[in-house]
Amino acid sequence: MLSIDGNFPEYAVPGAKQVRFEPYADNGGSIVAIAGEDYAVIGADTRLSTGFSIYTREQKKLFKLSDKTVLGATGCWCDTLTLTRLLQARMQMYEHDHNKSMTTPAVAQMLSTMLYYKRFFPYYVSNVLAGLDAEGKGCVYSYDPIGHCERSNYRAGGSAGAQLQPLLDNQIGLKNMQNVKEAPIPREKALALLKDVFISAAERDIYTGDCIYILIITANGIQEEKFELRKD
Amino acid sequence: MSSIGTGYDLSASQFSPDGRVFQVEYATKAVENSGTVIGLRGKDGVVFAVEKLVTSKLYEPGANKRIFHVDEHVGMAVAGLISDARQIVETARSEASNYRSQYGAPVPLKYLNERVSMYMHAYTLYSAVRPYGCSLVMGTWNSYDGPQMYMLDPSGVSFSYFGCAVGKAKQAAKTEIEKLKLADMTVKELVKEAARIIYLVHDELKDKQFELELSWVSKDTKGRHQLVPKEIATESENLAQQALADIEDSDEGDM
Amino acid sequence: MAFMGDMMNPAPFWQNGPAPGAFYNFPGNSSSFGPSNHSVKEFKAHSAQPITTTTTVIGVKFDKGCVIAADTLGSYGTLARFRDCPRVIRVNDLIMLGSGGDYADYQYLKDIIEQKIIDEQCIGDGLNLKPRSLYCWLTRVLYNKRCKMDPLWSNYIVAGIQDGEPFLGSVDKLGTAYEDAAIATGLGAYMATPLLREGVDKGNLDEETAKALVRKCMEVLYYRDARAFARYQLGVVTAAGVKIDDVTEIAHNWSLAHMIHMK
Repeated sequence: MLSIDGNFPEYAVPGAKQVRFEPYADNGGSIVAIAGEDYAVIGADTRLSTGFSIYTREQKKLFKLSDKTVLGATGCWCDTLTLTRLLQARMQMYEHDHNKSMTTPAVAQMLSTMLYYKRFFPYYVSNVLAGLDAEGKGCVYSYDPIGHCERSNYRAGGSAGAQLQPLLDNQIGLKNMQNVKEAPIPREKALALLKDVFISAAERDIYTGDCIYILIITANGIQEEKFELRKD
Repeated sequence: MSSIGTGYDLSASQFSPDGRVFQVEYATKAVENSGTVIGLRGKDGVVFAVEKLVTSKLYEPGANKRIFHVDEHVGMAVAGLISDARQIVETARSEASNYRSQYGAPVPLKYLNERVSMYMHAYTLYSAVRPYGCSLVMGTWNSYDGPQMYMLDPSGVSFSYFGCAVGKAKQAAKTEIEKLKLADMTVKELVKEAARIIYLVHDELKDKQFELELSWVSKDTKGRHQLVPKEIATESENLAQQALADIEDSDEGDM
Repeated sequence: MAFMGDMMNPAPFWQNGPAPGAFYNFPGNSSSFGPSNHSVKEFKAHSAQPITTTTTVIGVKFDKGCVIAADTLGSYGTLARFRDCPRVIRVNDLIMLGSGGDYADYQYLKDIIEQKIIDEQCIGDGLNLKPRSLYCWLTRVLYNKRCKMDPLWSNYIVAGIQDGEPFLGSVDKLGTAYEDAAIATGLGAYMATPLLREGVDKGNLDEETAKALVRKCMEVLYYRDARAFARYQLGVVTAAGVKIDDVTEIAHNWSLAHMIHMK
C-alpha cells in the first residue's frame, strides 16, 4: 500500500479532486507554407473553434509582419493574439531603432527567443513563418510552442499539420518516389497544391474548414487570395 | 509685509513670532495675481465663471483651461498657479474615483472637500514642501442636498458659500455678487450674471486679453457638471459686453 | 490598477517553473502534499471557480447596428437564486456591453469600465472610447488574469459602432477574442448561434428583424437551458446611440409539457 507519507510517483494521488482552471484552449486551425525560388506562399484556414462549436468562420490567422514576412499562427487563440501583438510591437521598435524593417531570418530568430522566454508557461501556438530572406529567396520557418526553430521549404502546421506534412513531403519533397528529378516548384503549382491539401484537411479535420486566406509573398509585395472550403 | 527678511518666511514648518506662517501667506499672494474666478450657488445649481487671462496671442483658443471635471457630478474652477491646480485636480479625481470604487456611489461634495482640504493643509506643515499656490471652487448639485459649493484656499481652509470670488478682482466681484438674490435665482439667470461680473471686474488696462470660461452643474443638467453650451455662453457673453458698453456710455454722459 | 501588472517591476525571467537547475514539482504529488507544503500563494491563486453565475448572452449585427440580449437570472450552482441581475449595460453613446459567467467578476469589471468612462469625460476633449478599443482592452485584462491563474470567470460581448460601421466582438475568460456577425456564449453557443447565423446568412437584416430574431433565440433558450430565465434585457446600439429596453418577460406556455413522456 502506498501511503501519503511515502514517496508517490509524479502523477495523481488519492484525495479530493482538484478542479483547476485550465488556462489553455485548443481553437484549431491549420497553416501551410511553401517557399519557392523567389516567392513564398502561406495559407491558413479561417475557422476558429473550440470542441464541437465554431466561434467564427472568418478569423484570419495570417499576420503581415513586414513587406517580406508573414506569420501564420494557430492553436490557443488568446496566446496567438498576445504573441502576434507583441511581435508587431517588436517589429515596430526595430524599425524605429534601425530605420529599416527586419529581415525574415531575423524575425525568425526573434520569434524563437520570444517563445522560449515563456518556456515554463508557453504560448500554446503553432507558428509557421514565411517570407523572403535577405537574398530574396523564399523561406519557411516552423516552430514548436517553446521556441525550437527550423528552416525548410515547406511546412504544414496546426490541427491538420500532422496529416498534411506527409502529403507535402511526397508532393514537394518528392519523398518515396522513384525516377523523379528535383526541380524548383513553380508558383502556380505551389498555389494549386496548397488549395488541394486544404481541401483534404477540411475533409478529415473538424477544426479546419470554412475558408482559406492565402498570402503570396514576392519581391513586388504581398498578394492576398481567398479560397472557399467546406463549411461543415 | 514688515516681517519679510526676518528669516521666518523660509519654511512652511515654522511660525513667525507673531503667529503667522509666511509661506502660506505667500501662496495666497500667488492666488491673488491670478484671473478672477467666481462661483455662484443658485436655487437649482451652481455656476462657475473664470476670467482666464491670455498672456500671449500665440496660445490656441481654449488652451490652459481653468475649469475641470472632477467626477461626473463635480466641477472645479481654479485660481492661482495652473500647474499646482492641475495637481490638486488630479488628487480630487482620484479621491472621487476611490470613493466610487469603495462605496459605489458618487462622492458627496462635503466629503470630497474635506479630503482635498486635508491634502492641501498637509502641504502647510512641513519644511520640505511648499504650500499649493492655488485656490479652488468646487460645486455640485443633487436632488437630495440641492446645490452645494465650497471654496478652498492654500492654507487648507475651506467654507461652503452661496457666492464666492477669488483672484485679482475678488473684492469687486464680491461686491457685485452681494447684490444678487442668489438663493432665488436659477442657473440660467446666474450664468448671465456671472458673465457680466467677469466682464465688469476685468481690468482692461493691465490685462489685455482674456477668455471667459463658463460651466454649471444643475437640476437641468441632471446633476452633471458640464461646460455651458455654446449658444447660452455666447448669449451671456454678448449680454455682458452690452452691459459693459452701457455703463461706459453712461459714464461718458456724466462727464 | 493592480491587475494590469507592474510596468516598472516586470515579472521574473523564469515564471511558474523551477529555479534553473531545480526540479519541477507537479501539483498534488507527495512533495507538495500536507499543510506544511502549502504556500500562501497556492491558497490565493488556485481558488478560481465561478460562484453566482449567469448564462448565455447573445448578440447579432444588423445593417445599421447591433442587438444584444441576456436574461436576468443569477444562478447559485443549480439554484435559481437572484432574479434581477441586469448584465447588459451602456458604456457610452456608441458602446454596449453584455456579460455572462460569474456575476461578481462582471460587476468588478463594470465598475472599472465605468470609471474609465468618467476619467475620459473628465479630460473633456470630446474624444470617446470606441468599441474595438474596449474589446481589445478586455482581452488584455482577461488574458493577464488568466496568466496569473486567477481568471475573471466571465464572457463579454462588446457591441457598438466603430467609425460608422457596426461592431460585434466577444472575449472569454482566457482572453480568446473574435469578431463575428452573430455571437452567443455559454449554452447559447449550441442553441442560439445556428438560429442567429441562419438569420445573418439570409442577408439584409434590419433592426426589427434582428430584434425579432434575438427574441426568438431568448425564447428557445428559455425553454431548453435550465439556467435561463423568462425575464431578459435587450439592447440596441446604432449611430443614434444605445437603447436598452426595460426588462421584458417571455410569454411562456408549457401546455405541451404533459405530452412529453420520457421512457
